[in-house]
Amino acid sequence: MLRYFLIRLAGAIPTLFAVVTIAFFLVHAAPGGPFDQEQTLTPEIQANLQRAYGLDQPIWTQYTRYVAGLARGNFGPSFKYKDFSVTELIADGFPVTLELGTLAMALALAMGVPLGTWAALRRDSVGDHATMALSVAGIAVPSFVLLPFLGLVFGIRLHWLPVAGWEPLSVAHLLLPVVALTLPPLGVITRLTRANMLEVLRSPYIRTARAKGLSLRAILLRHALRPALLPVASYLAPAAASIMTGSLVVESIAGLPGIGRYMVQGALNRDYTLVLGMVVIYSTLLIVLGLLVDLLYAWLDPRVRLHA
Amino acid sequence: MSVLAAEAWRRLRTGKAMGALWVTALILAFTLLGPLLNPNGIEAIDWSHVASSPSLTGAHWFGTDRLGRDLFARTLEGTRVSLAVGLLASAVSLVFGIGYGAVAGYAGGRTDHLMMRIIETLSGLPLIFFVIFMTVLFGRNEYVLFGSIGAVGWLTMARIVRGQTMSVRRREFIEAAVVGGARSGRIIWRHIVPNVIGPVIAYATLTVPQIIMLESFLSFLGLGIQEPHASLGTLIAEGAGEMEAAPWMLLIPGAFLAALLVALNVLGDALRDALDTGDA
Repeated sequence: MLRYFLIRLAGAIPTLFAVVTIAFFLVHAAPGGPFDQEQTLTPEIQANLQRAYGLDQPIWTQYTRYVAGLARGNFGPSFKYKDFSVTELIADGFPVTLELGTLAMALALAMGVPLGTWAALRRDSVGDHATMALSVAGIAVPSFVLLPFLGLVFGIRLHWLPVAGWEPLSVAHLLLPVVALTLPPLGVITRLTRANMLEVLRSPYIRTARAKGLSLRAILLRHALRPALLPVASYLAPAAASIMTGSLVVESIAGLPGIGRYMVQGALNRDYTLVLGMVVIYSTLLIVLGLLVDLLYAWLDPRVRLHA
Repeated sequence: MSVLAAEAWRRLRTGKAMGALWVTALILAFTLLGPLLNPNGIEAIDWSHVASSPSLTGAHWFGTDRLGRDLFARTLEGTRVSLAVGLLASAVSLVFGIGYGAVAGYAGGRTDHLMMRIIETLSGLPLIFFVIFMTVLFGRNEYVLFGSIGAVGWLTMARIVRGQTMSVRRREFIEAAVVGGARSGRIIWRHIVPNVIGPVIAYATLTVPQIIMLESFLSFLGLGIQEPHASLGTLIAEGAGEMEAAPWMLLIPGAFLAALLVALNVLGDALRDALDTGDA
Protein backbone atom coordinates (compact mmCIF):
# COMPACT_ATOMS: atom_id res chain seq x y z
CA MET A 1 0.00 0.00 0.00
CA LEU A 2 2.70 2.46 1.04
CA ARG A 3 4.83 1.41 -1.93
CA TYR A 4 1.90 1.99 -4.27
CA PHE A 5 1.26 5.38 -2.72
CA LEU A 6 4.86 6.49 -3.12
CA ILE A 7 5.14 5.28 -6.71
CA ARG A 8 1.96 7.10 -7.66
CA LEU A 9 3.13 10.21 -5.86
CA ALA A 10 6.38 10.15 -7.81
CA GLY A 11 4.35 9.70 -10.99
CA ALA A 12 2.49 12.91 -10.22
CA ILE A 13 5.67 14.98 -10.40
CA PRO A 14 6.00 14.95 -14.22
CA THR A 15 2.33 15.91 -14.49
CA LEU A 16 2.82 18.81 -12.14
CA PHE A 17 5.96 19.81 -14.01
CA ALA A 18 4.05 19.85 -17.30
CA VAL A 19 1.29 21.95 -15.73
CA VAL A 20 3.78 24.49 -14.38
CA THR A 21 5.55 24.69 -17.74
CA ILE A 22 2.36 25.23 -19.73
CA ALA A 23 1.04 27.76 -17.22
CA PHE A 24 4.36 29.62 -17.13
CA PHE A 25 4.58 30.10 -20.87
CA LEU A 26 0.87 30.88 -21.18
CA VAL A 27 1.13 33.65 -18.62
CA HIS A 28 4.26 35.09 -20.18
CA ALA A 29 2.89 34.83 -23.72
CA ALA A 30 -0.01 37.09 -22.81
CA PRO A 31 0.15 40.74 -23.80
CA GLY A 32 0.92 43.19 -21.00
CA GLY A 33 3.22 42.99 -18.00
CA PRO A 34 2.94 43.42 -14.24
CA PHE A 35 4.15 47.04 -14.18
CA ASP A 36 2.22 48.38 -17.19
CA GLN A 37 -0.55 49.99 -15.18
CA GLU A 38 1.77 52.14 -13.11
CA GLN A 39 1.92 54.88 -15.71
CA THR A 40 3.67 57.40 -13.52
CA LEU A 41 6.88 55.40 -13.69
CA THR A 42 9.67 56.77 -15.81
CA PRO A 43 11.26 54.33 -18.26
CA GLU A 44 14.36 54.10 -16.05
CA ILE A 45 12.35 53.03 -13.01
CA GLN A 46 10.38 50.60 -15.17
CA ALA A 47 13.63 49.08 -16.32
CA ASN A 48 14.95 48.90 -12.77
CA LEU A 49 11.77 47.20 -11.58
CA GLN A 50 12.01 44.72 -14.43
CA ARG A 51 15.60 44.01 -13.47
CA ALA A 52 14.82 43.68 -9.76
CA TYR A 53 12.29 40.95 -10.49
CA GLY A 54 14.44 39.32 -13.15
CA LEU A 55 11.96 40.16 -15.91
CA ASP A 56 14.71 41.58 -18.14
CA GLN A 57 16.26 38.13 -18.48
CA PRO A 58 15.47 35.89 -21.43
CA ILE A 59 12.30 33.90 -20.84
CA TRP A 60 14.23 30.65 -20.71
CA THR A 61 16.39 31.92 -17.82
CA GLN A 62 13.29 33.15 -16.01
CA TYR A 63 11.72 29.74 -16.45
CA THR A 64 14.67 27.74 -15.13
CA ARG A 65 15.00 30.14 -12.20
CA TYR A 66 11.32 29.80 -11.36
CA VAL A 67 11.34 26.01 -11.54
CA ALA A 68 14.55 25.84 -9.49
CA GLY A 69 12.93 28.04 -6.84
CA LEU A 70 9.79 25.95 -6.90
CA ALA A 71 11.77 22.76 -6.33
CA ARG A 72 13.01 24.33 -3.10
CA GLY A 73 9.49 25.34 -2.12
CA ASN A 74 9.97 29.00 -3.00
CA PHE A 75 7.11 30.52 -4.98
CA GLY A 76 8.93 33.82 -5.54
CA PRO A 77 7.90 37.40 -4.71
CA SER A 78 4.47 38.77 -5.58
CA PHE A 79 4.64 41.55 -8.19
CA LYS A 80 1.58 43.42 -6.96
CA TYR A 81 1.50 42.81 -3.23
CA LYS A 82 4.89 44.37 -2.72
CA ASP A 83 6.94 43.16 0.25
CA PHE A 84 5.01 39.89 0.29
CA SER A 85 6.21 36.62 -1.12
CA VAL A 86 3.66 34.38 -2.79
CA THR A 87 4.41 31.79 -0.12
CA GLU A 88 3.36 34.27 2.60
CA LEU A 89 0.18 35.29 0.75
CA ILE A 90 -0.86 31.69 0.23
CA ALA A 91 0.09 30.69 3.79
CA ASP A 92 -2.11 33.52 5.12
CA GLY A 93 -5.18 32.76 3.06
CA PHE A 94 -5.00 29.02 2.65
CA PRO A 95 -6.33 28.01 6.11
CA VAL A 96 -9.54 29.97 5.45
CA THR A 97 -10.05 28.38 2.03
CA LEU A 98 -9.21 24.96 3.40
CA GLU A 99 -11.66 25.34 6.28
CA LEU A 100 -14.41 26.43 3.91
CA GLY A 101 -13.76 23.62 1.43
CA THR A 102 -13.35 20.87 4.04
CA LEU A 103 -16.56 21.88 5.80
CA ALA A 104 -18.48 21.92 2.51
CA MET A 105 -17.14 18.54 1.46
CA ALA A 106 -17.76 16.97 4.87
CA LEU A 107 -21.31 18.33 5.01
CA ALA A 108 -22.10 17.18 1.48
CA LEU A 109 -20.96 13.64 2.34
CA ALA A 110 -22.49 13.52 5.81
CA MET A 111 -25.88 14.63 4.47
CA GLY A 112 -25.85 13.24 0.93
CA VAL A 113 -25.22 9.59 1.76
CA PRO A 114 -27.98 9.21 4.40
CA LEU A 115 -30.37 11.28 2.30
CA GLY A 116 -29.74 9.20 -0.82
CA THR A 117 -30.12 5.95 1.15
CA TRP A 118 -33.34 7.18 2.72
CA ALA A 119 -34.73 8.17 -0.68
CA ALA A 120 -33.80 4.76 -2.11
CA LEU A 121 -35.58 2.94 0.73
CA ARG A 122 -38.71 5.01 0.19
CA ARG A 123 -38.61 4.86 -3.57
CA ASP A 124 -41.40 6.78 -5.33
CA SER A 125 -42.75 8.21 -2.09
CA VAL A 126 -43.37 11.92 -1.72
CA GLY A 127 -40.17 12.22 0.30
CA ASP A 128 -38.17 10.56 -2.47
CA HIS A 129 -39.55 12.86 -5.15
CA ALA A 130 -39.00 15.93 -3.00
CA THR A 131 -35.39 14.90 -2.29
CA MET A 132 -34.70 14.32 -5.97
CA ALA A 133 -36.28 17.63 -6.99
CA LEU A 134 -34.18 19.44 -4.39
CA SER A 135 -31.00 17.73 -5.52
CA VAL A 136 -31.61 18.68 -9.16
CA ALA A 137 -32.11 22.26 -8.00
CA GLY A 138 -28.92 22.01 -5.93
CA ILE A 139 -26.97 20.79 -8.96
CA ALA A 140 -28.45 23.36 -11.32
CA VAL A 141 -28.37 26.55 -9.26
CA PRO A 142 -24.81 27.87 -9.12
CA SER A 143 -23.34 29.06 -5.82
CA PHE A 144 -22.93 32.63 -7.07
CA VAL A 145 -26.71 32.86 -7.44
CA LEU A 146 -27.46 31.00 -4.24
CA LEU A 147 -25.13 32.93 -1.94
CA PRO A 148 -26.39 36.46 -2.72
CA PHE A 149 -29.93 35.09 -2.47
CA LEU A 150 -29.27 33.53 0.94
CA GLY A 151 -27.60 36.78 2.01
CA LEU A 152 -30.68 38.70 0.91
CA VAL A 153 -33.07 36.46 2.83
CA PHE A 154 -31.12 35.66 6.00
CA GLY A 155 -28.93 38.72 6.18
CA ILE A 156 -30.77 41.73 4.84
CA ARG A 157 -34.41 40.72 5.43
CA LEU A 158 -34.29 38.55 8.54
CA HIS A 159 -31.08 39.92 10.11
CA TRP A 160 -30.17 36.48 11.38
CA LEU A 161 -26.72 36.22 9.85
CA PRO A 162 -24.06 38.59 8.57
CA VAL A 163 -24.18 39.11 4.78
CA ALA A 164 -20.41 39.20 4.41
CA GLY A 165 -17.23 39.55 6.38
CA TRP A 166 -15.02 37.33 8.40
CA GLU A 167 -14.05 36.79 11.99
CA PRO A 168 -11.83 33.98 13.16
CA LEU A 169 -13.77 31.05 14.65
CA SER A 170 -17.12 32.66 13.90
CA VAL A 171 -19.69 30.10 12.76
CA ALA A 172 -22.19 32.77 11.74
CA HIS A 173 -19.83 34.26 9.16
CA LEU A 174 -19.05 30.89 7.62
CA LEU A 175 -22.55 29.46 7.56
CA LEU A 176 -23.93 30.97 4.36
CA PRO A 177 -20.77 30.50 2.25
CA VAL A 178 -20.51 26.88 3.40
CA VAL A 179 -24.17 26.22 2.56
CA ALA A 180 -23.73 27.77 -0.89
CA LEU A 181 -20.68 25.61 -1.56
CA THR A 182 -22.25 22.45 -0.12
CA LEU A 183 -25.47 22.27 -2.13
CA PRO A 184 -24.10 21.42 -5.61
CA PRO A 185 -21.97 18.43 -4.48
CA LEU A 186 -24.71 17.47 -2.01
CA GLY A 187 -27.17 17.15 -4.89
CA VAL A 188 -24.83 14.95 -6.91
CA ILE A 189 -23.91 12.74 -3.94
CA THR A 190 -27.57 12.25 -2.99
CA ARG A 191 -28.47 11.22 -6.54
CA LEU A 192 -25.49 8.91 -6.90
CA THR A 193 -26.14 7.21 -3.55
CA ARG A 194 -29.82 6.74 -4.32
CA ALA A 195 -29.26 5.29 -7.77
CA ASN A 196 -26.61 2.83 -6.62
CA MET A 197 -28.39 1.91 -3.42
CA LEU A 198 -31.44 0.95 -5.51
CA GLU A 199 -29.28 -1.30 -7.65
CA VAL A 200 -27.48 -2.90 -4.72
CA LEU A 201 -30.70 -3.50 -2.77
CA ARG A 202 -32.02 -5.51 -5.74
CA SER A 203 -29.07 -7.90 -5.78
CA PRO A 204 -29.36 -11.54 -4.63
CA TYR A 205 -27.03 -11.31 -1.65
CA ILE A 206 -29.19 -8.63 -0.10
CA ARG A 207 -32.22 -10.86 -0.60
CA THR A 208 -30.30 -13.64 1.15
CA ALA A 209 -29.48 -11.32 4.04
CA ARG A 210 -33.15 -10.39 4.28
CA ALA A 211 -34.21 -14.02 4.16
CA LYS A 212 -31.85 -14.75 7.03
CA GLY A 213 -33.81 -12.22 9.04
CA LEU A 214 -31.17 -9.52 9.41
CA SER A 215 -32.40 -6.15 10.54
CA LEU A 216 -32.57 -3.35 7.98
CA ARG A 217 -29.85 -1.53 9.86
CA ALA A 218 -27.49 -4.48 9.69
CA ILE A 219 -28.23 -5.04 5.99
CA LEU A 220 -27.50 -1.43 5.16
CA LEU A 221 -24.41 -0.97 7.26
CA ARG A 222 -22.80 -4.38 6.83
CA HIS A 223 -23.75 -5.27 3.28
CA ALA A 224 -25.24 -2.53 1.14
CA LEU A 225 -23.38 0.65 1.99
CA ARG A 226 -19.88 -0.27 0.86
CA PRO A 227 -20.68 -1.25 -2.74
CA ALA A 228 -23.23 1.54 -3.04
CA LEU A 229 -20.58 4.10 -2.12
CA LEU A 230 -18.17 3.21 -4.95
CA PRO A 231 -19.46 5.78 -7.48
CA VAL A 232 -19.62 8.36 -4.70
CA ALA A 233 -15.93 7.74 -4.03
CA SER A 234 -15.01 8.31 -7.64
CA TYR A 235 -17.02 11.53 -7.61
CA LEU A 236 -14.95 12.97 -4.74
CA ALA A 237 -12.21 14.41 -6.95
CA PRO A 238 -14.62 16.22 -9.31
CA ALA A 239 -16.50 17.37 -6.19
CA ALA A 240 -13.33 18.88 -4.78
CA ALA A 241 -12.68 20.61 -8.10
CA SER A 242 -16.19 22.07 -8.11
CA ILE A 243 -15.81 23.29 -4.51
CA MET A 244 -12.47 24.91 -5.39
CA THR A 245 -14.04 26.63 -8.38
CA GLY A 246 -16.99 27.74 -6.29
CA SER A 247 -14.71 29.12 -3.61
CA LEU A 248 -13.25 31.56 -6.18
CA VAL A 249 -16.56 33.44 -6.25
CA VAL A 250 -17.95 32.56 -2.84
CA GLU A 251 -14.95 34.05 -1.08
CA SER A 252 -15.23 37.29 -3.00
CA ILE A 253 -19.00 37.58 -2.47
CA ALA A 254 -18.75 36.83 1.24
CA GLY A 255 -15.57 38.85 1.74
CA LEU A 256 -13.58 35.95 3.14
CA PRO A 257 -9.78 36.35 3.29
CA GLY A 258 -8.99 33.06 1.53
CA ILE A 259 -6.80 32.48 -1.51
CA GLY A 260 -9.68 32.23 -3.99
CA ARG A 261 -9.55 35.92 -4.86
CA TYR A 262 -5.85 35.74 -5.79
CA MET A 263 -6.54 33.70 -8.88
CA VAL A 264 -8.62 36.27 -10.77
CA GLN A 265 -6.88 39.26 -9.21
CA GLY A 266 -3.48 37.83 -9.99
CA ALA A 267 -4.37 37.10 -13.60
CA LEU A 268 -5.83 40.59 -14.09
CA ASN A 269 -2.75 42.21 -12.55
CA ARG A 270 -0.34 40.01 -14.52
CA ASP A 271 1.05 39.00 -11.15
CA TYR A 272 2.85 36.04 -12.75
CA THR A 273 4.22 34.41 -9.64
CA LEU A 274 0.97 34.65 -7.69
CA VAL A 275 -1.07 33.06 -10.48
CA LEU A 276 1.48 30.30 -10.98
CA GLY A 277 1.57 29.68 -7.24
CA MET A 278 -2.21 29.26 -7.21
CA VAL A 279 -2.08 26.85 -10.13
CA VAL A 280 0.62 24.80 -8.40
CA ILE A 281 -1.30 24.67 -5.10
CA TYR A 282 -4.66 23.72 -6.62
CA SER A 283 -3.17 21.20 -9.05
CA THR A 284 -1.19 19.53 -6.27
CA LEU A 285 -4.28 19.37 -4.09
CA LEU A 286 -6.32 17.77 -6.85
CA ILE A 287 -3.62 15.28 -7.77
CA VAL A 288 -3.07 14.18 -4.16
CA LEU A 289 -6.82 13.97 -3.64
CA GLY A 290 -7.18 11.81 -6.75
CA LEU A 291 -4.58 9.50 -5.30
CA LEU A 292 -6.36 9.28 -1.94
CA VAL A 293 -9.61 8.53 -3.76
CA ASP A 294 -7.93 5.60 -5.52
CA LEU A 295 -6.81 4.23 -2.15
CA LEU A 296 -10.30 4.70 -0.74
CA TYR A 297 -11.72 2.94 -3.77
CA ALA A 298 -9.46 -0.06 -3.22
CA TRP A 299 -10.54 -0.19 0.41
CA LEU A 300 -14.24 -0.05 -0.47
CA ASP A 301 -14.00 -2.60 -3.26
CA PRO A 302 -11.89 -5.66 -2.43
CA ARG A 303 -11.91 -6.69 -6.11
CA VAL A 304 -9.70 -3.73 -6.95
CA ARG A 305 -6.01 -4.59 -6.73
CA LEU A 306 -3.55 -1.77 -6.61
CA HIS A 307 -0.56 -2.12 -8.85
CA ALA A 308 1.56 0.69 -10.08
CA MET B 1 -34.67 3.29 -36.54
CA SER B 2 -38.14 4.76 -36.71
CA VAL B 3 -39.28 2.13 -34.21
CA LEU B 4 -36.40 3.10 -31.95
CA ALA B 5 -37.18 6.78 -32.34
CA ALA B 6 -40.82 6.15 -31.50
CA GLU B 7 -39.78 4.15 -28.47
CA ALA B 8 -37.43 6.92 -27.36
CA TRP B 9 -40.17 9.50 -27.82
CA ARG B 10 -42.60 7.37 -25.79
CA ARG B 11 -40.08 7.17 -22.95
CA LEU B 12 -39.40 10.88 -23.16
CA ARG B 13 -43.07 11.71 -22.72
CA THR B 14 -42.99 11.38 -18.97
CA GLY B 15 -44.32 14.25 -16.91
CA LYS B 16 -40.96 15.61 -15.80
CA ALA B 17 -39.35 15.67 -19.23
CA MET B 18 -42.36 17.31 -20.84
CA GLY B 19 -42.46 19.90 -18.07
CA ALA B 20 -38.80 20.67 -18.67
CA LEU B 21 -39.40 20.85 -22.42
CA TRP B 22 -42.23 23.33 -21.87
CA VAL B 23 -40.17 25.51 -19.56
CA THR B 24 -37.29 25.55 -22.04
CA ALA B 25 -39.60 26.32 -24.94
CA LEU B 26 -41.30 29.05 -22.93
CA ILE B 27 -38.00 30.73 -22.04
CA LEU B 28 -36.84 30.42 -25.64
CA ALA B 29 -40.06 31.92 -27.00
CA PHE B 30 -39.90 34.65 -24.39
CA THR B 31 -36.37 35.67 -25.28
CA LEU B 32 -37.14 35.67 -28.99
CA LEU B 33 -40.56 37.33 -28.93
CA GLY B 34 -40.08 39.54 -25.87
CA PRO B 35 -38.36 42.40 -27.72
CA LEU B 36 -41.42 42.76 -29.95
CA LEU B 37 -43.60 43.47 -26.93
CA ASN B 38 -41.23 45.86 -25.27
CA PRO B 39 -40.16 49.18 -26.78
CA ASN B 40 -37.19 49.67 -24.42
CA GLY B 41 -33.69 49.12 -25.79
CA ILE B 42 -30.82 47.35 -24.09
CA GLU B 43 -28.64 50.41 -23.69
CA ALA B 44 -31.33 53.12 -23.62
CA ILE B 45 -31.22 55.12 -20.40
CA ASP B 46 -34.45 56.33 -18.85
CA TRP B 47 -33.46 59.20 -16.56
CA SER B 48 -36.89 59.44 -15.01
CA HIS B 49 -36.78 55.83 -13.83
CA VAL B 50 -33.46 55.02 -12.20
CA ALA B 51 -33.45 51.82 -10.14
CA SER B 52 -37.23 51.70 -10.18
CA SER B 53 -38.95 48.53 -9.02
CA PRO B 54 -40.77 46.11 -11.32
CA SER B 55 -44.33 46.99 -12.26
CA LEU B 56 -46.48 45.32 -14.85
CA THR B 57 -48.46 48.48 -15.49
CA GLY B 58 -45.49 50.83 -15.76
CA ALA B 59 -42.98 51.39 -18.55
CA HIS B 60 -40.47 48.87 -17.17
CA TRP B 61 -41.96 45.48 -16.40
CA PHE B 62 -38.90 44.14 -14.62
CA GLY B 63 -37.82 47.54 -13.28
CA THR B 64 -34.57 49.30 -14.17
CA ASP B 65 -30.96 49.16 -12.99
CA ARG B 66 -28.95 51.98 -11.44
CA LEU B 67 -28.29 53.53 -14.82
CA GLY B 68 -31.97 53.52 -15.68
CA ARG B 69 -31.65 50.74 -18.23
CA ASP B 70 -34.67 48.53 -18.75
CA LEU B 71 -34.21 45.22 -16.95
CA PHE B 72 -36.77 43.38 -19.07
CA ALA B 73 -34.78 44.09 -22.22
CA ARG B 74 -31.49 43.31 -20.49
CA THR B 75 -32.71 40.04 -18.95
CA LEU B 76 -33.92 38.86 -22.35
CA GLU B 77 -30.63 39.87 -23.96
CA GLY B 78 -28.74 38.11 -21.17
CA THR B 79 -30.73 34.91 -21.54
CA ARG B 80 -30.22 35.01 -25.31
CA VAL B 81 -26.47 35.51 -24.96
CA SER B 82 -26.15 32.78 -22.31
CA LEU B 83 -28.10 30.33 -24.47
CA ALA B 84 -26.07 31.21 -27.55
CA VAL B 85 -22.77 30.73 -25.72
CA GLY B 86 -24.05 27.45 -24.28
CA LEU B 87 -25.01 26.10 -27.68
CA LEU B 88 -21.93 27.31 -29.55
CA ALA B 89 -19.43 26.15 -26.95
CA SER B 90 -21.22 22.79 -26.75
CA ALA B 91 -20.83 22.53 -30.52
CA VAL B 92 -17.10 23.25 -30.18
CA SER B 93 -16.70 20.58 -27.52
CA LEU B 94 -18.79 18.19 -29.61
CA VAL B 95 -16.51 18.59 -32.63
CA PHE B 96 -13.34 18.24 -30.56
CA GLY B 97 -14.71 15.30 -28.59
CA ILE B 98 -15.93 13.39 -31.64
CA GLY B 99 -12.65 13.86 -33.47
CA TYR B 100 -10.46 12.82 -30.56
CA GLY B 101 -12.69 10.06 -29.22
CA ALA B 102 -13.34 8.44 -32.58
CA VAL B 103 -9.65 8.38 -33.47
CA ALA B 104 -8.67 6.94 -30.07
CA GLY B 105 -11.42 4.34 -30.11
CA TYR B 106 -10.75 3.30 -33.70
CA ALA B 107 -6.96 3.21 -33.44
CA GLY B 108 -7.00 1.16 -30.23
CA GLY B 109 -3.83 -0.29 -28.71
CA ARG B 110 -1.02 2.00 -27.68
CA THR B 111 -2.36 5.08 -29.46
CA ASP B 112 -5.64 4.71 -27.59
CA HIS B 113 -3.83 4.12 -24.31
CA LEU B 114 -1.71 7.25 -24.73
CA MET B 115 -4.63 9.41 -25.84
CA MET B 116 -6.70 8.29 -22.87
CA ARG B 117 -3.83 8.94 -20.47
CA ILE B 118 -3.73 12.51 -21.75
CA ILE B 119 -7.46 12.89 -21.09
CA GLU B 120 -7.10 11.40 -17.62
CA THR B 121 -4.27 13.76 -16.75
CA LEU B 122 -6.17 16.77 -18.06
CA SER B 123 -9.34 15.90 -16.15
CA GLY B 124 -7.34 15.70 -12.94
CA LEU B 125 -6.39 19.38 -13.25
CA PRO B 126 -8.26 22.52 -12.26
CA LEU B 127 -9.10 23.42 -15.85
CA ILE B 128 -11.23 26.36 -14.81
CA PHE B 129 -7.92 28.11 -14.16
CA PHE B 130 -6.95 27.71 -17.75
CA VAL B 131 -10.25 29.15 -18.88
CA ILE B 132 -9.67 32.10 -16.54
CA PHE B 133 -6.15 32.46 -17.94
CA MET B 134 -7.29 32.43 -21.51
CA THR B 135 -10.10 34.92 -20.98
CA VAL B 136 -8.00 37.30 -18.89
CA LEU B 137 -4.85 37.09 -20.92
CA PHE B 138 -6.08 36.92 -24.49
CA GLY B 139 -8.70 39.58 -24.55
CA ARG B 140 -12.21 39.23 -23.29
CA ASN B 141 -14.08 38.60 -26.48
CA GLU B 142 -16.71 36.04 -27.34
CA TYR B 143 -14.48 33.89 -29.53
CA VAL B 144 -11.91 33.34 -26.79
CA LEU B 145 -14.82 32.53 -24.48
CA PHE B 146 -16.36 29.93 -26.83
CA GLY B 147 -12.97 28.47 -27.66
CA SER B 148 -11.68 28.13 -24.11
CA ILE B 149 -14.94 26.84 -22.63
CA GLY B 150 -15.37 24.40 -25.49
CA ALA B 151 -11.78 23.27 -25.14
CA VAL B 152 -12.48 22.28 -21.54
CA GLY B 153 -15.84 20.66 -22.22
CA TRP B 154 -14.59 18.15 -24.77
CA LEU B 155 -12.88 15.83 -22.29
CA THR B 156 -15.96 13.92 -21.14
CA MET B 157 -17.35 14.03 -24.66
CA ALA B 158 -14.20 12.36 -26.03
CA ARG B 159 -14.51 9.59 -23.43
CA ILE B 160 -18.10 8.87 -24.39
CA VAL B 161 -17.34 8.91 -28.12
CA ARG B 162 -14.42 6.56 -27.58
CA GLY B 163 -16.57 4.10 -25.66
CA GLN B 164 -19.21 4.12 -28.37
CA THR B 165 -16.58 3.80 -31.10
CA MET B 166 -15.03 0.75 -29.46
CA SER B 167 -18.40 -1.01 -29.51
CA VAL B 168 -19.03 -0.18 -33.17
CA ARG B 169 -15.52 -0.91 -34.36
CA ARG B 170 -15.76 -4.71 -34.26
CA ARG B 171 -18.95 -4.86 -36.32
CA GLU B 172 -19.05 -6.54 -39.71
CA PHE B 173 -19.72 -3.40 -41.73
CA ILE B 174 -16.45 -1.89 -40.53
CA GLU B 175 -14.66 -5.06 -41.50
CA ALA B 176 -16.34 -4.85 -44.91
CA ALA B 177 -15.14 -1.28 -45.33
CA VAL B 178 -11.59 -2.32 -44.42
CA VAL B 179 -11.73 -5.19 -46.90
CA GLY B 180 -13.11 -2.80 -49.49
CA GLY B 181 -9.88 -0.80 -49.14
CA ALA B 182 -11.26 2.31 -47.40
CA ARG B 183 -8.68 4.40 -45.57
CA SER B 184 -8.96 4.85 -41.79
CA GLY B 185 -9.95 8.50 -42.05
CA ARG B 186 -12.79 7.65 -44.38
CA ILE B 187 -13.97 4.76 -42.20
CA ILE B 188 -14.05 6.99 -39.14
CA TRP B 189 -15.87 9.79 -40.91
CA ARG B 190 -18.33 7.77 -43.01
CA HIS B 191 -18.97 4.71 -40.86
CA ILE B 192 -18.04 5.32 -37.23
CA VAL B 193 -19.21 8.87 -36.60
CA PRO B 194 -22.75 8.46 -38.03
CA ASN B 195 -23.21 5.38 -35.89
CA VAL B 196 -22.17 6.90 -32.58
CA ILE B 197 -23.81 10.27 -32.99
CA GLY B 198 -27.14 9.46 -31.28
CA PRO B 199 -26.03 8.90 -27.69
CA VAL B 200 -23.40 11.58 -28.12
CA ILE B 201 -26.01 14.19 -28.99
CA ALA B 202 -27.97 13.12 -25.91
CA TYR B 203 -24.94 13.77 -23.77
CA ALA B 204 -24.37 17.09 -25.52
CA THR B 205 -27.78 18.22 -24.21
CA LEU B 206 -26.35 17.86 -20.73
CA THR B 207 -23.24 19.89 -21.55
CA VAL B 208 -25.33 22.91 -22.57
CA PRO B 209 -26.43 23.75 -19.00
CA GLN B 210 -22.94 23.03 -17.69
CA ILE B 211 -21.48 25.47 -20.17
CA ILE B 212 -24.14 28.08 -19.46
CA MET B 213 -23.18 27.78 -15.80
CA LEU B 214 -19.49 28.16 -16.61
CA GLU B 215 -20.15 31.16 -18.83
CA SER B 216 -22.24 32.91 -16.17
CA PHE B 217 -19.53 32.11 -13.65
CA LEU B 218 -16.91 33.82 -15.82
CA SER B 219 -19.22 36.73 -16.60
CA PHE B 220 -19.95 37.04 -12.89
CA LEU B 221 -16.22 37.43 -12.30
CA GLY B 222 -16.14 40.11 -15.01
CA LEU B 223 -14.21 37.89 -17.42
CA GLY B 224 -16.95 36.90 -19.84
CA ILE B 225 -19.43 39.07 -21.68
CA GLN B 226 -18.55 42.77 -21.44
CA GLU B 227 -20.68 45.91 -21.10
CA PRO B 228 -22.89 47.18 -22.64
CA HIS B 229 -23.82 43.60 -23.55
CA ALA B 230 -25.26 41.45 -20.85
CA SER B 231 -25.36 37.78 -19.99
CA LEU B 232 -27.22 36.33 -17.03
CA GLY B 233 -23.93 36.17 -15.17
CA THR B 234 -23.17 39.89 -15.53
CA LEU B 235 -26.75 40.78 -14.54
CA ILE B 236 -26.51 38.61 -11.43
CA ALA B 237 -23.17 40.20 -10.54
CA GLU B 238 -24.69 43.68 -10.84
CA GLY B 239 -27.76 42.56 -8.91
CA ALA B 240 -25.69 41.05 -6.11
CA GLY B 241 -24.06 44.44 -5.60
CA GLU B 242 -27.40 46.21 -5.38
CA MET B 243 -29.44 43.64 -3.52
CA GLU B 244 -30.06 45.77 -0.47
CA ALA B 245 -31.69 48.62 -2.38
CA ALA B 246 -32.91 46.80 -5.47
CA PRO B 247 -33.39 43.07 -4.78
CA TRP B 248 -35.24 42.53 -8.07
CA MET B 249 -31.99 43.15 -9.92
CA LEU B 250 -30.67 39.93 -8.36
CA LEU B 251 -33.89 37.92 -8.17
CA ILE B 252 -35.13 38.26 -11.75
CA PRO B 253 -31.98 37.22 -13.65
CA GLY B 254 -31.23 34.68 -10.91
CA ALA B 255 -34.66 33.09 -11.38
CA PHE B 256 -34.17 33.00 -15.15
CA LEU B 257 -30.80 31.30 -14.85
CA ALA B 258 -32.05 28.82 -12.25
CA ALA B 259 -35.15 27.93 -14.29
CA LEU B 260 -33.14 27.52 -17.47
CA LEU B 261 -30.49 25.35 -15.82
CA VAL B 262 -32.97 23.13 -13.98
CA ALA B 263 -35.05 22.64 -17.15
CA LEU B 264 -32.06 21.84 -19.35
CA ASN B 265 -30.62 19.43 -16.78
CA VAL B 266 -33.91 17.53 -16.40
CA LEU B 267 -34.34 17.47 -20.17
CA GLY B 268 -30.80 16.21 -20.75
CA ASP B 269 -31.22 13.46 -18.13
CA ALA B 270 -34.50 12.35 -19.67
CA LEU B 271 -33.08 12.41 -23.18
CA ARG B 272 -30.12 10.32 -22.10
CA ASP B 273 -32.38 7.78 -20.41
CA ALA B 274 -34.70 7.69 -23.41
CA LEU B 275 -31.90 7.14 -25.95
CA ASP B 276 -30.04 4.69 -23.76
CA THR B 277 -31.22 1.64 -25.70
CA GLY B 278 -28.23 -0.43 -24.76
CA ASP B 279 -27.42 -0.72 -28.45
CA ALA B 280 -25.51 1.72 -30.63
